[in-house]
This record gives sequence, C-alpha cells and structure tokens, in this order.
Amino acid sequence: MITLILNNLFGNLQAIYPEIILALTLVALVIFDLIFSRSKKFLPVLSIIGLIITFIFVVFEFGTSRSAFSTSGNISFLSIDGFSSFFKVLILIATLFVVLFSVSSKEVQSCSDRQGEYYALIFGMVIGMFFLVSANDLILIYLSLELLSLSSYVLAGFVKNSVRNSEASLKYVIYGSTSSGIMLFGISILYGITGSTNLFEINSLLKFSNASDITFLIAVIMIFAGIGFKISIVPFHFWTPDVYEGAPISITAFLSVASKAAGFALLIRFIKVTFAQSLSTNGYWQLINYVDWRTLLVLFSIITMTFGNFAALWQDNLKRLLAYSSIAHAGYLMLGVAVLSDQGLMAVMIYFSIYLFMNLGAFFIVMLIANEINSESLDDYKGLGYSIPFLGTALAIFLISLTGLPPTAGFIGKLYLFIALVDAKMITVAIIALLNTVVSLYYYIRVLKALFLTKTDKRVEIKISAFNFIIILVLLAPILIFGVYFSPLVNLAKASIQILGL
Amino acid sequence: MNNFPILSFLTFLPILGMVIVLILPKRQELSIKVTTLVITGLQLVLSIILLMNYNYSAGGINDANSFQFVEKFTWINIPGFSWIGNIKIDYFMGVDGLSTPLVLLTAIVTFIATISSWSIDKSLKGYFAMFLLLDTGMMGVFVALDFFLFYIFWELMLLPMYFLIGIWGGPRREYAAIKFFLYTLFGSIFILLVMIGLYFSSMETLANGSKVFTFNLLELMNPNNYTATGILSPLNPNNLRFIAYIGLFVGFAIKIPMFPFHTWLPDAHVEAPTAISVILAGVLLKMGTYGILRVSYPIFPELTYQLSWFIALFGMINIIYGAFCAMAQKDFKKLIAYSSISHMGYVLLGMSALNTMGISGAVLQMFNHGTITAMLFLIVGVVYDRAHTRDLDAFGGLGKQMPIYTGFVSVAFFAAIGLPGLSGFISEALVFLGGFGSQTTRILAIISTLGILLGAAYMLWTLQRVYLGQLNDKWKELTDLTAREYFMLVPLTLIVIFLGVYPSPMLNLMNASVNHMVKLINDAQVFYSSIHSF
Repeated sequence: MITLILNNLFGNLQAIYPEIILALTLVALVIFDLIFSRSKKFLPVLSIIGLIITFIFVVFEFGTSRSAFSTSGNISFLSIDGFSSFFKVLILIATLFVVLFSVSSKEVQSCSDRQGEYYALIFGMVIGMFFLVSANDLILIYLSLELLSLSSYVLAGFVKNSVRNSEASLKYVIYGSTSSGIMLFGISILYGITGSTNLFEINSLLKFSNASDITFLIAVIMIFAGIGFKISIVPFHFWTPDVYEGAPISITAFLSVASKAAGFALLIRFIKVTFAQSLSTNGYWQLINYVDWRTLLVLFSIITMTFGNFAALWQDNLKRLLAYSSIAHAGYLMLGVAVLSDQGLMAVMIYFSIYLFMNLGAFFIVMLIANEINSESLDDYKGLGYSIPFLGTALAIFLISLTGLPPTAGFIGKLYLFIALVDAKMITVAIIALLNTVVSLYYYIRVLKALFLTKTDKRVEIKISAFNFIIILVLLAPILIFGVYFSPLVNLAKASIQILGL
Repeated sequence: MNNFPILSFLTFLPILGMVIVLILPKRQELSIKVTTLVITGLQLVLSIILLMNYNYSAGGINDANSFQFVEKFTWINIPGFSWIGNIKIDYFMGVDGLSTPLVLLTAIVTFIATISSWSIDKSLKGYFAMFLLLDTGMMGVFVALDFFLFYIFWELMLLPMYFLIGIWGGPRREYAAIKFFLYTLFGSIFILLVMIGLYFSSMETLANGSKVFTFNLLELMNPNNYTATGILSPLNPNNLRFIAYIGLFVGFAIKIPMFPFHTWLPDAHVEAPTAISVILAGVLLKMGTYGILRVSYPIFPELTYQLSWFIALFGMINIIYGAFCAMAQKDFKKLIAYSSISHMGYVLLGMSALNTMGISGAVLQMFNHGTITAMLFLIVGVVYDRAHTRDLDAFGGLGKQMPIYTGFVSVAFFAAIGLPGLSGFISEALVFLGGFGSQTTRILAIISTLGILLGAAYMLWTLQRVYLGQLNDKWKELTDLTAREYFMLVPLTLIVIFLGVYPSPMLNLMNASVNHMVKLINDAQVFYSSIHSF
C-alpha cells in the first residue's frame, strides 16, 4: 500500500521536475547569498544555470500531455500539455532576459547587498507562473497566483529609497490584495454552487445541473476580476501605469510580459476547461451557455485597447507610455481569446511570442538610456537618435513592431489575430481593433519623432557594452526574421494548442 | 534571359545598396551618393533590358501564363488541420502591360531623384538608406502578384517616407510627415481587412488536386474559385462584397489622393525636399490607381461595372476641385501639388470609362503625369534653391534672367496643360475619348473638359507671374541651370516630347493588357449576373 502511494507520488513528481528545479535554484540562491555574501557576481550566473536546466526539462516534456496528481480518472491538479509547455517556454525566455537585463540595470545594482533576495524573488514569481499555467484546481490557482503576486509586490518596491518605487509597491499591494480577495470570494461562491474546486469536476457538474444563473455569473465575474488584475484589463488596470513607472525597469519588463503570459494562460484554461460542453468542431469551442463569454470578452477587450491607446497618447514618460501600450496589447490579446476557437488561441500564442521580444526589447533600451541620463521623459529623448544611432534604431524597430507594421514580426501577430477574427465573422470588432492600431501609431511615432526628427546640440554619450549589444541583437533577430519568415513560429504554436480537457 | 530573376533584382537591388550605404563610414559622403546613383542607374538599365525583352502580345491581368518574367516560389506554407486552414503565401512576381510602364517610370524617376538629392547635406547616410528602402517598396508594389507580398511592399514605403519628409523636410515637416503616415495607414487597414476577407472566400486548386485558401491575386480573380460560404464570395447571399469594394477603394483612393482624402498631399509636398516631392508625385500617387486597376477591377469586376459612374464622378471632382485649388495658391509648390490632384483625376476618369481607349489613356496618363510632375517639382526646386522662397508673387521676369531654365519650364507647363505635341495631350485626349465613348460617363466627361480650361488658366497665369513681366531687382543674381540640373531636366523633356509626338511604343506596351482587362470586365458582368440578378 505504502509503496503504491510512494510510486504514485514519485510518478507524479516527475511531472513537476521543472518546478522542482526552479525551487531548488531558489534555495541555492538564498544559501549562496548567505555564504558568499561579498561577491554578488555569480548570482545571475547561478540563476541562468537554473533556468537552463529548467528549460531542458520543459523541452523534454514538450509534446507529451499528462495529468499529474489525479484523484480519480482524469480529475487532476495539474495538466502538463502542449499549451502549458508553450507558456512555460515563453516565461523562461522572458525570465532569462530579465536576469540578463538586471545585470546591467543601475537600479538593481544600486542595491547590491540585497541582490540575493532579488533573484530569489524572481524565481518565486516563476514558480508561481509555472503552476498557474498548468493548474486545474481553484485552490492551486489561488495559491500560485498569490505566490506570484507576493513576490512581485516586493520586487516592484525593490529599490526602497526612491519615493515612486515605494509608492508603486504600496499601490500594487493594495490593488493586488483587493482583487485577489474578490477572486477568492468568487471561488468560494463557485465552490458553494458546485461543491468542488476542481475545474474538471465543476465542468461535469455544470453540464448536468441547472445552477442559478445570476449567482453563477457573479462568481465567474469575480474570478475574472482577479485574472483581469494580473493581465491589466480595464477596469482592473489602475495599478499598471503607476507600478510600471515606479518599479525597476527590469521588473516592469518582467511584469508586462511574463506575468501577463501566465495570466492569459490561466484565463484561457479556466474558460476552456470549466465551460467545455462537448468536443470542439471546426476548431470552435463548444461552451456551456451560462456565460456569454464572447460578448463579455469582446466588450472588455475593446474597452481595454481603446482606453490603453488613447491614454498612451498623452504620456510623456516612456515607461508610462509603454505601460499604457501594454494595456492596449492586453486588449488585442484578449480579442484572440474572445474568438473562442483554436484559431484564436493560436493567434494569442503567436502574438505573445512576438510581444515578448518586442516589449522586452523596448523596455531594455529604455533602461539602458535611463541608466545614463536618469530619465525616461520624452523631452530628454530629443535628438538622441543621432548620438546613439544603434540604440535609437533598435528602439525604432521595436516600436514599429509594437505598432504592427510589416515587415516586422508585430505585423504577423496582428495578421493572425485578424485572420482569426475574420474567420469567426467578427468583422466590426476587427475594424475597431485595426482603427486602434492607427491610433497607436501616433504615440509610438512620437517616440521616433523625439529620437530622430528633433535635433539638439546636446550630445549624450552612451557606451553599450558588447554584452548588451548582443542582447539587443538577440532580441531584434526574431522581430526581423519572423517578420518575413514566420513558418517556424506558426508551426510551433500549432503544435502546442492542445489543452487537456474536453 | 529566361532564367535571370530580373524582377527580384529590380526590387531588391536597392536593399543591397542600403546595406552598402549603411556600412560605409559617415564621412564618405561622395561614395554614399555614388553608391545610390550606381544602384538606381543599374535599376534603370535593368528596366530597359526588361522593356527590350518584353513580349507585346501577352495580356496578363488574370492569366498566369501570359505574365512575363514570372518568379514564383512558395514562401510560407503551413499545411494543417482543415479547421486551421492551410496557410500558403507565394513569392510571386511578374509584369504585364499594366505594370511595365510603371516599373519603367519608377526606375526613371528614382534615378533622377537621386541626382536631385545631390544637394542634401544633412545626415546623408540616413537619407540615402531611407531613399533606397523606399525604392524597394515602390518597385515591389508594381511587380508583386501575391496580395500578401503586395501588402508588405505597400506598407514598407510608409516608414522611409515618414522619415524622409520628417527629417529632411521644411519647417512644418513633423506635422506633414505624421499626417501622411496616419492617412495612409488608415487606408491600408481597409486593404488588410479586404485581403483577409478575400483569403477566406477563394480557394486555389493545387497541382495535387487539393484546395487551399490563397493570397494569389490571379487566383482571387477567378470567379470559379469562390467557396459557397466565403464572406466575400458572390455565392454567399449575405456577402459583404459591396462594403469590401468600397473599403478597398478608399484604401487606394487615399494614396491617389482622391477628394475628399486628399488633404495630406499638399502638406506632404510643401514640406518634403525636392527629390522626395518628385518621388511622391512621380511614383507614389500612381500606386493608388495602379492598386485599383490591379486589385479592385479584376477581383470585383461586377461592382466596378456598377460603380463606374461614381468613380468617374470622383474623377471629375478631382479634376475641377484640384484645378480651382491650384488657382488659389500663392505657394509655387502647393500649386503643383494641387495640379497633381487635378491630373490624377484624369486617371480616375479614364479608368471609369471601362473601354480600351479610357483605360489606355489612364495608364498612359499615369506615366505621363509621373514624368511631367517630376519635371514641375524639379523646376520649383531649381528656383527655391536659388531664391529660398516659393511665393509666386515675389517673382517676375525670371525669363530674362534664366532663359534656358524658362525654356524647360515652358515645355513642362505646356505638357501639363495638354498642348498637342507634348505627352500630356495624348493621354488626356485618350481619357476624354474613352469617357465620351462610354454611356455612363459621358456627361461627367463633358463637364470634366472644363478642367483643361482651368488647367491652362492656372498654368499660364503662373508662367506669367513668375517668368514674364518685370524682373524683381532682388533676383538679379540668380544664375541659370547647372550641369546637374541639365542632367535631371533634359531626359524628362526628351521623354515628354517623344511620347507627345510618337506615343505608340508606350501604347503598344499596354495594349494587350488593357484589351484583356476590358474583356474581363465585360465577361464577368455576364458571369456574375448569372449568379444573381444585381
């Protein structure tokens, strides 16, 4: 009996090797930091080693799909499937870049005695995200979301001595805890209705019972609020500009990419697993009719992108501008979810893979420039394109890609999104989204205008180390290559759209 | 000759040039200029080689076999489950009688614009890099036969143009550049949507018999390829073809620019440096009308047929409105910009006639307007470089001070008016002959003849104000043309006179294709009315 349990346990532990490695790295980071407290040089090296080993394990399990920690039948806590592996890879790539960014970040380096915590907390976030993308149980979802949030609250305020930094952290904690409280309330209502916290069990109960519509809707919307907070959907976005502006740029980049990826993965799995009615035909998901997901999501997405784009028009701080731009992008991504089809899901995955590189790239260059001129204000960017042509050009390419103009990869992301929308006959929505793109051009181009169109006599010397030069090139490569040849990316996304469940 | 990928070379030579320019050190200003000149010169040579090997009897338009210098490879091919669809994009290039004149025009105008760029002195390297990138975009649009490829090239031009106007332009350059960018991007979102809509409405049959969705323009033109449920398929009773046609038309019309989407043009022209104005008026405006002829006409022939009266109406408005606006201008460059709007109206009018005469006139007018307007903008550039003002009232009597220059001016002005013996006359005459020949557009064509009168009025008035009369003492020091300016103006003048006296080479070039297009629209009318009664 005991051997059976042990075998079962070890069998299931195999499924979470990547998470275990991450946890071990976290512990190692803390211990190394204590032992070798003088030299912080090898902390990032250790982190990178941990990430690479994790990466190998994730790639190893790519393509397999299995449930882990199942209680009976297919009812399980975790799903290891193509979908979760894809998002884990994205999260790992983002983390890798953020660790590399942190090495050159002046803000992070200024708190050198606390760097052990910095890297350890990043790993805390990653573990949270990893569980989030494959969790099937509301309790596990809530716990991993909290792990993610708590680590990021601290990281947002990591540079304690700056006012805006502490402000960012405090705001983040207040908004975060409120929304997670609301989410927990929603979960408890859902538990009250169905008597289970497992998504599969809830799904099978929903299929055969008539839950009270209004209570159910309230519960779902409350859970949605919690997720919406993570992916900064309007009206749960209020923290975003302040936190993005106040946090160290490396963390801002991390929040805008990785934690958003985890949030989207959670949203998609939650919708698809909980509400699946029957096997999908034509790639369109057959969902239980309790909640009109499409209308709800389209509504939120349009409000989000329109708000994000219009608010960004007035921003003079580059970090804030990128914060609003990331809100707008959350809107576009949400539109992919709203299609509720595999085509839409594929569009979201392609969009996210590209968004990862272009957004990280834009934040990285803003960070490098801020390291030297201590400012992210658009006024201080005037004429910078002439004193630092390489950084200027690279930033221009990232921003053009964010706008979605060919021949950059950003266009491909948008293209797949619109293909999914047109295929679902959501023409009006597609037109609104495209008009939003035109609006977004205006604020991205404002940055280019400051960089290249205005000339000043003031010259800023920014030396880019070979290390940073290579990072930028590595970030630029996918933007330019996938812009003209996107087959590999699409094939990868296509191979990983499988979500365990109906 | 058959295996040499001449169109790819034509399109991507400038990219090679751009790379060289970017590698060259900043101080090597002369080598940067010479590189650009050599590249655009090579492009010109290639386009002449293309012309010499051109088969005048091949029609093209929707017939894949009669396209020439075709290059077709699979670019993106993702086979897959039926519900995700097989995404297949071809690298598909080829020319017919519609695109060859414009390829030639692009090569000529770009070469001359390179010479005109010699006087640029600010951030040379960036200028020529952007210039060459723009060149690739323009050439690509005219040779692409896959909608996706076409769209990529179409969008590729926006950014270089933004920078070329925004960095090297006049005092209000930032405003003009962003206005240009926003307007054209606004237009191209409609093109993008229609492109995706068409993609889901039409299926191409592959060699192995399987059917896939397609971006191939020629396959999209085949009415038998439509699926029953496609949103832009005529077989689908709830189809959105009408709206799609309007959207596509607006997308292209912004580029022409057609009234009421024309307001970006005067701003862009006034602020752009001379060379860029030349390219803008000489080549970029033609993309709008070329797009309509290449995409809208053969893919939506039945709607083209039904809406031809409206196209003619907008053509007429462009002609007359543009002419009136031109007459009211005090700025020399703005005057030429509005005259461009007026002259592009002739292209619209000719196209809308849907007969051989009218469409030939339209295509010829595109070419002629390209050369004549290039000349006009160079002429403005010459006087602006010397006097640093473009105020029409500030001048007078320049004819005495700069006699040779004024000679060129007269040729260009009279060509723009449409004086017999110069190229503008032939194309305008054909446009009107076509317009009168078609029942639908006859009345509009008659009203449009007013444009000739107005054109003569503002051109002659300008000639009088600037070049005749008393010489203003301020301009006593102005010198006549330099060698470089001869280089730019003489070839254009020769083309204008040659095509005015003997237009056959150009007309023969497009004849087969234009006939084919007219036949296609007439045939399609029969085909589509058999599907439903419109």
